[in-house]
Amino acid sequence: MVSSRLTPYYFLAPAILATAAIVLYPVASTLWMSFHDFVLFRPHDVPFTGLRNYQRLLADEAFWISLWNSFVWVGLAVGLQFALGMAAALILNESFAFRSFARALVVVPWALPSVIIGLMFTWVYDYNLGLLNDMLLRLGFIKSPVAWLADPDIALYAVIVALVWQGFPFFAVIILAGLQAIPGDLHEAAEIDGATRLQRFRHVVWPGLKGVILTALLLRTIWVANSLDVILVMTGGGPGYATHTLPLYAFLRAYSGMEFGYGSALAVVLTLFLISVAAFYVRRTMREAFR
Amino acid sequence: MIDRRSRTQRFFEIELPAAILIVIALAPYAWMAITSIKPTADIARFPVVYWPDEPTLIHYADLLARTTFPKNLLDSLIVAVSACALGLGLSVPAAYAFSRFGFIGRRFLMTQFLTINMFPIVLMIIPLFVAMRSLGLLDTVPGVVLGHATFAIPFAIWMLTSYLNGIPKELDEAAMVDGASRVQTIVKILLPLAAPGIVSTGIYIFVASWNEYLFAMMLSGQNVRTVTVALQLFIGEYTIQWGLLTAGGTLVALPVTLLFLFVQRHLIGGLTAGAVKS
Repeated sequence: MVSSRLTPYYFLAPAILATAAIVLYPVASTLWMSFHDFVLFRPHDVPFTGLRNYQRLLADEAFWISLWNSFVWVGLAVGLQFALGMAAALILNESFAFRSFARALVVVPWALPSVIIGLMFTWVYDYNLGLLNDMLLRLGFIKSPVAWLADPDIALYAVIVALVWQGFPFFAVIILAGLQAIPGDLHEAAEIDGATRLQRFRHVVWPGLKGVILTALLLRTIWVANSLDVILVMTGGGPGYATHTLPLYAFLRAYSGMEFGYGSALAVVLTLFLISVAAFYVRRTMREAFR
Repeated sequence: MIDRRSRTQRFFEIELPAAILIVIALAPYAWMAITSIKPTADIARFPVVYWPDEPTLIHYADLLARTTFPKNLLDSLIVAVSACALGLGLSVPAAYAFSRFGFIGRRFLMTQFLTINMFPIVLMIIPLFVAMRSLGLLDTVPGVVLGHATFAIPFAIWMLTSYLNGIPKELDEAAMVDGASRVQTIVKILLPLAAPGIVSTGIYIFVASWNEYLFAMMLSGQNVRTVTVALQLFIGEYTIQWGLLTAGGTLVALPVTLLFLFVQRHLIGGLTAGAVKS
C-alpha cells in the first residue's frame, strides 16, 4: 500500500491551516488586545496596559449586570428549552396518525434565522399592534397593553421566550434519537413485571438517555451563552442595561464604542467561564467517541 | 409494545399534545406570513385583524421593486454557496484522515475541532474585522465567506467524520488491495458512498450561512449585504414598515426551512451518531 506515516497529515493540512488563520489567530489576537489599549483609528499606537482592562471591568456596573443577566439567560433559556424539548420528544416517540408530519414540522424554529425570529417576536410583542397584547386583552388577562420589550422588569424574560422557542427543537430531536436507541423489549419486560409508567421512565428510559441529555445540555449551554443576535435584534440590549448579556456587552463595546481592548477583555472573561463548561463536555464526549 | 390505552385517552395524552406542539412550532412564523399579506391599513389596526378581508401581495411587490432586497438575496446566495464549497473542500479530506488513519495527534486534533465550535463569536469577530480591514477584504464576498468558514469547517469535519466512520473500512481496503490507488479509492468507492452525508453537511453549512447575522454584519457593508443584515437595516431605514419586514422575513425563511425539512433526517443522523451510540 502506498502510504507513508505523513499521509494523514497531507489530508489534514488545508483544514488545519485555514482554521489556524481564521480561528486561532483571531482568538490569540483577542487575548493580545485585551492587554492593550487598542483603538481602531490609531492602529500604530497601541500601548500595553497590562491588566488595566480587567481591573476596569471589576468596577464596571454594566459588566456585573451583564454577567448576572447571562446567568439568568442561560439558566432559564436552557432549562425551559430542555423541559419543552423533553416533553416534545416523549410525545413524538409515541405512535399516532400524523407522527412523521409532526416530527418534520417541529424542527422549523431551529431552521429559521435568528434575525427573523427576533423580528417575528418583536412584532408579536408590539405595544400598539401586537398579537400578544391583543389576545391577552380579549381573554381578560390584562386590562391595558403591556410594553413587553420596553419594560426593564419584563424585557429579559420576553427575549428568553423567543430563545426558548428557537432552541427547544434541538433538544426534542436529540432526545428523540436517544429514545429510539433504547431497545423496545426493555419496555415490554418492565411492563410485564408490573412497572408503572413513572417507574418505567425512571428505570428504563432515564438511564438510557442520561448521556445524550448531558451532552445536549452542555452543548446548548455554550451556544446559548454565546448567542447575541436575537437580543441584538429585539432590544439592542435595552432598555438601559436590562437585556445586556456578556457577549452582547462585549460586542457593543467593540462595535459601537470602538474600544477593542476593553471589548476583548470582556470576550476573554466570557470565554474563561465557558472553558470550564467546555472542558467538562469535551472530556465526556471524547470518552464516548473513542471507546 | 402493546398499548392498552383507550381511544379517548390516546387523544388527550398523545394526539392533542402533538397538535399543540405543531401549533407552538409554527404559530410565530404563520403569524408573520399572514401579516405579510395584509393591506397596510389592516396591519396598523388594533384590536388585531386576524385574517385580512382582501389579502394582497403588495408588500412583496414593493420589497422586490423598491428596495435592495433582490440584490441582497443574490449576495446571500453567493456567500452561502461559496461557504459550502470552501467548507466541504477542506473538511472532506480532513474527515477522511480522521476516519481512516490512526496517527499521532489524532485525538488532540479532533478535540481541537470540537472545541473551536464552542468559541464565542465575539472572541473572533474583533480581530477578524481588523484583519479583513487591513487585507482589504472588508465588504467583499471572500471576507464574509471566510467569517462563515470559522464555524463551517470545524462543524463539517465533526459531522463528516461520523458519516465516514459509518462506511465499513473493509470496502476501501479491499479496493486498495485490488490495486486501486488511494485517490482512485476515494473517488470511486468512498465519495459515492458518502454522498448523502456530504450533501447533508453541505446543506447544513448553506442553511447556517444563509441564516448568519453577526459576521455578515461586521464584515459586509455597501457592496455585499446579506438578507439577514438587510432586513435588520430596514427597521431603521423605513421607520418599521411591518408589511415590508414580514414579507422579507417570510421570503428569507421559506427556502431554507424547506431545505432543512427535506434533509433533516440525514442531518440529525450525522449529528446524533456520536452522542447516541455510547
